Amino acid sequence: MMLIPCPWCGPRDESEFHYGGQADVRYPENPGTVSDEEWGRFLFYRDNPKGVFAERWVHAAGCRRWFNVERDTLTNEIRPAHDATTRTVTR
Amino acid sequence: MTPRTPGADLPDHPDWLWRNPDPKPSYDVVIVGGGGHGLATAYYLAKNHGITNMAVVERGWLAGGNMARNTTIIRSNYLWDESAGLYEHALKLWEGLEDELDYPLLFSQRGVLNLAHSLQEVRDSVRRVNANRLNGIDAEFLDPAQVKEICPILNVSDDIRYPVLGATWQPRAGIAKHDYVAWGFARALDRMGVDLVQNCEVTGFERVGDRIVGVETTRGDIRAGKVALAAAGHTSVLADSLGLRLPIQSHPLQALVSELLEPVHPTVVMSNAVHVYVSQAHKGELVLGAGIDAYNSYSQRGAFHTIERQMAAAVELFPMFARAHVLRTWGGVVDVTPDASAIMGLTPFEGLYVNCGWGTGGFKATPGVGWCFAHTIAHDEPHPLNAPFSLDRFTTGALIDEHGAAGVAH
Ligand SMILES: Cc1cc2nc3c(=O)[nH]c(=O)nc-3n(C[C@H](O)[C@H](O)[C@H](O)COP(=O)(O)OP(=O)(O)OC[C@H]3O[C@@H](n4cnc5c(N)ncnc54)[C@H](O)[C@@H]3O)c2cc1C
Ligand SMILES: [Zn+2]
Repeated sequence: MMLIPCPWCGPRDESEFHYGGQADVRYPENPGTVSDEEWGRFLFYRDNPKGVFAERWVHAAGCRRWFNVERDTLTNEIRPAHDATTRTVTR
Repeated sequence: MTPRTPGADLPDHPDWLWRNPDPKPSYDVVIVGGGGHGLATAYYLAKNHGITNMAVVERGWLAGGNMARNTTIIRSNYLWDESAGLYEHALKLWEGLEDELDYPLLFSQRGVLNLAHSLQEVRDSVRRVNANRLNGIDAEFLDPAQVKEICPILNVSDDIRYPVLGATWQPRAGIAKHDYVAWGFARALDRMGVDLVQNCEVTGFERVGDRIVGVETTRGDIRAGKVALAAAGHTSVLADSLGLRLPIQSHPLQALVSELLEPVHPTVVMSNAVHVYVSQAHKGELVLGAGIDAYNSYSQRGAFHTIERQMAAAVELFPMFARAHVLRTWGGVVDVTPDASAIMGLTPFEGLYVNCGWGTGGFKATPGVGWCFAHTIAHDEPHPLNAPFSLDRFTTGALIDEHGAAGVAH
């Protein structure tokens, strides 16, 4: 089980959190002009790196707030993203 | 086939079943990944399409990936026509595979129960049974008493947290010994002159414009007329090196076995709602699987709380399991797609073919994948059975949504 650093509560057991996938996936700026191809990309495609991944978690059983971390998907080494608490949540 | 004593069939040690060749400088076809899918694809390329100047290139040891880690459940009772077509084709091939490979696979059609724990699940299950029948797949909906008859150790009382309200039943479903399946294919391939190259990781591709003409590996470059990906959880890593983005996410998936027990568990039982699935291996271990760990990961392990949850569900359904000891737990890396269906077909690169996204459930498809992927590679065109599983469905929107529909945990 991972210890996940909630910016507000400090490190807590993984089981207190829910996973939110890739960080900072932006809703298209001008939805009316987006092609099928681009919609598909927005809806279905996410990065899947073997290595450092910027991702979101919500402290569901704690303060219930969302935040970002950078985690190595091979070693599970985890550190807060530099803008862990400020990035706007877009989706 | 006549029943055989388990253990009496133990095949030769794998060392004697295939050579361990160095890679040649070039082949007609190179298949990346020596799991069940890569091996079956090579087998049907050789058998159905006459291609034998071919290598299966494996970064570790042969079939040491998810092929060696899965819980071996085989069934074809999927909801949608597209899935039913592919998985039933696979199941029919399974039914003749021991004879065809002339090798014991311990293929055991002991049936599978998919439990329903809510009224909605009951309705979905009945719908799926009807859909299965329309597709010529054996399926029945059973009430709790009938379920108990098939699996007497299952707790069907109505005072548990998620009571069993019924189950779908596919009698032709079952299990097979995954290692033997790989070894059976490997032995046949070796005899046909196909090179199975182990400890050889593909690190990149050789390309001329948009045509793939070979692979770079930790054991040197290999030229290839065609390159086919069957690398399961690692496909994104390979595709990234080409700038090819795929709609897959890699997650840990865990399983565990108990110590050896007397035969107590006559069939396969799966529950999507409480998320556990269990069968008893030929030797006697209870084999239990769970759902994926939530986060992306390439480390072949997951978190303990996932196992705890799975065990809590298992003990409620099978009170006698409370006394069984866990012997081993492990994880694999599975690639999950947004619609829980696989991706198999052509890519934007000429001479490059992709088979991935089987997630938690691709073992059962092994021979069917081999058959259809071989056709796709040989003809540069998908087989009718895998045409709906092309990459472009994530643009056209023609998804094959097995997630919500068929309870597609495995
Ligand atoms: C715990 C668990 C339980 C499961 N239970 C079931 C089940 O009950 N029923 C079912 O149908 N399915 C099940 N599955 C899913 C099933 O195992 C997979 O869908 C299936 O094995 C995938 O195809 P494969 O056999 O070719 O994959 P793998 O055996 O993983 O083959 C891929 C191979 O590619 C190799 N590779 C990766 N990258 C490279 C590279 N760069 N160069 C060379 N080689 C490379 C890997 O080492 C690996 O050997 C389960 C999986 C897990 C992990
Ligand atoms: Zn918190």
